[in-house]
Amino acid sequence: MKNQLITFISKQCIRLVLLLIAISMISFALLVMSPIDPIDAYFTGVAVSDEQKAIVSAYWQFDRPPVERYWHWATNMLSGNWGDSFVYKAPVLQVISDKFTSTLLLMLVSWSLSGVVGFSLGVISGIYQGKTLDRCINYFALVSVSTPVFWLGILLVMVFAVELQWFPIALSTPIGKSVEDVTWLERLHHLALPAITLSITGVSAIVLHTREKMIDCMNSNYMLFAKARGESLWVRVKRHGLRNVAIPAVTLHFASFAELFGGAVLAESVFSYPGLGSAITLAGLRGDVALLLGAAILSAIFVFLGNLIANILYIIINPEVQGGR
Amino acid sequence: MGELLRIEHLSVTFSMYRDIFSRVESKGIEDLSISLYSGEILAIVGASGSGKSLLAHAIMDLLPYNAIVRGDFYYQGEYVDGRRLERLRGTELSLIPQSITYLDPTMKVGKQVIQEQFEMDQCKSIFAKLDLAEHVISLYPFQLSGGMARRVLVSTALISNASVIVADEPTPGMSVTDAVETLQMLRQIANEGKGCILITHDLDLAIEVADRVAVMYDGRIIDIVPASNFKRGVLTHPYTNALYRALPQNDFKSYTADEVESFLRKGGNQHVGSE
Repeated sequence: MKNQLITFISKQCIRLVLLLIAISMISFALLVMSPIDPIDAYFTGVAVSDEQKAIVSAYWQFDRPPVERYWHWATNMLSGNWGDSFVYKAPVLQVISDKFTSTLLLMLVSWSLSGVVGFSLGVISGIYQGKTLDRCINYFALVSVSTPVFWLGILLVMVFAVELQWFPIALSTPIGKSVEDVTWLERLHHLALPAITLSITGVSAIVLHTREKMIDCMNSNYMLFAKARGESLWVRVKRHGLRNVAIPAVTLHFASFAELFGGAVLAESVFSYPGLGSAITLAGLRGDVALLLGAAILSAIFVFLGNLIANILYIIINPEVQGGR
Repeated sequence: MGELLRIEHLSVTFSMYRDIFSRVESKGIEDLSISLYSGEILAIVGASGSGKSLLAHAIMDLLPYNAIVRGDFYYQGEYVDGRRLERLRGTELSLIPQSITYLDPTMKVGKQVIQEQFEMDQCKSIFAKLDLAEHVISLYPFQLSGGMARRVLVSTALISNASVIVADEPTPGMSVTDAVETLQMLRQIANEGKGCILITHDLDLAIEVADRVAVMYDGRIIDIVPASNFKRGVLTHPYTNALYRALPQNDFKSYTADEVESFLRKGGNQHVGSE
């Protein structure tokens, strides 16, 4: 069991390295081929001579051939130097770590929220299959899965921030306050709307999946037998239902990191939430190669970790895998 | 012999949608009456689709929501309404299911057997009685061998101390020795004063172990005879007789559908007379 786990993890790590090499190459190639000229984007609205452009271009090494630039980046990367962000004029690693904490908080909150709410709704829906309650939950899940994140975000801002004024319209901290003075409560207050937006769109997959598994479970032989042995509905759900449904639900939820990341980028731009998402958007529009590559690598590792955790948990929780079948 | 369970005029119908506008009712069991006494094994035999398993599920009140069950149930002489049947389930009535898929794959065997009302010690003593090693308690269902699984399923009925045990097709897919062993467990249970209903399509085994054999055809019990009558060759109902003759070790006779029809017409429902 332990050896199995170690070989599994080391194999996955080799895969991660290959994945990162491929991702960095493809992202780099796409950036080089993109129609955005970083120098033009840099000097938007400013009159500059061609000589000045050439100086800036040479300083950031935009005049070198792409292969050489990639090689330069890759070798530096291996020694721990992620390069400098052309837009923020700071080391990439520093920009990312600054921005990533807010994004991570946002993702963590919405991920937990959609997990707990989605699982509970899915279980209830599965138990009462075909009843009104189930239908309502089902409609909610279908509506939420077909709602674009940015649209839902705008809607929530209009209702809860503009009309009701329960939550701030944008940003992650109150305006005009220095970072040291911001309390956790204020942070959460700013986090609420983007997190809710993100979790509403993330909840549908887990609801529908859990519901399906719960229905299978309710129709299973072991549930019928539990009923025959005099176990009441709630005892059956508690003893057999949750256990059997939790395994696939947990796996699915950890594997959903990719969508979470994509959603976070959109939600952040709607709420002007200064996280990694808005930094990536800016970097893309200005052709900031180093920052974009750094962000791509980081998000790849993040999604990969999600999947890895899902796989490991599956091995750990599922007795059938544990028993070495 | 005390009467444990009496079912009178049981009928089970299913209402199904033929299309969106009209419902049809399809009959599963029709006007079935049967009694079970303590200390006996009552075998219910019949071809697939004759309604045997339906009967087992009707007794346990496990039919799906679109089933309409009519009829009167008496447990130890007392009338039982639907609510009470639910309370009898698991305490007075117990089901031995067909296969290991009736156990939760994610829960250890011991924990499943004891449910929430029994102690692990009770489980241990029952396992000992059934020749099951104690470590089986901490195994998961998929780790059980066929023989262990069968005993575990039987143990669920024993721990409940139910006096009516319904065994739904406990033998298919087993070797003859395994099947005999399972049926011997049932015999033991019956000898302790309980009543067993053995649902099976294996007439041969039913004759070996049961006290009485009820023959089901098309949702009705057409004949109930003491098991010994088969060997003595005193079978009055032509269908039962034909069924017995069709066994490989007897004449291995085959019959046409018309012949079967005529046997049924001639025999009618004999179970009142033959008891």
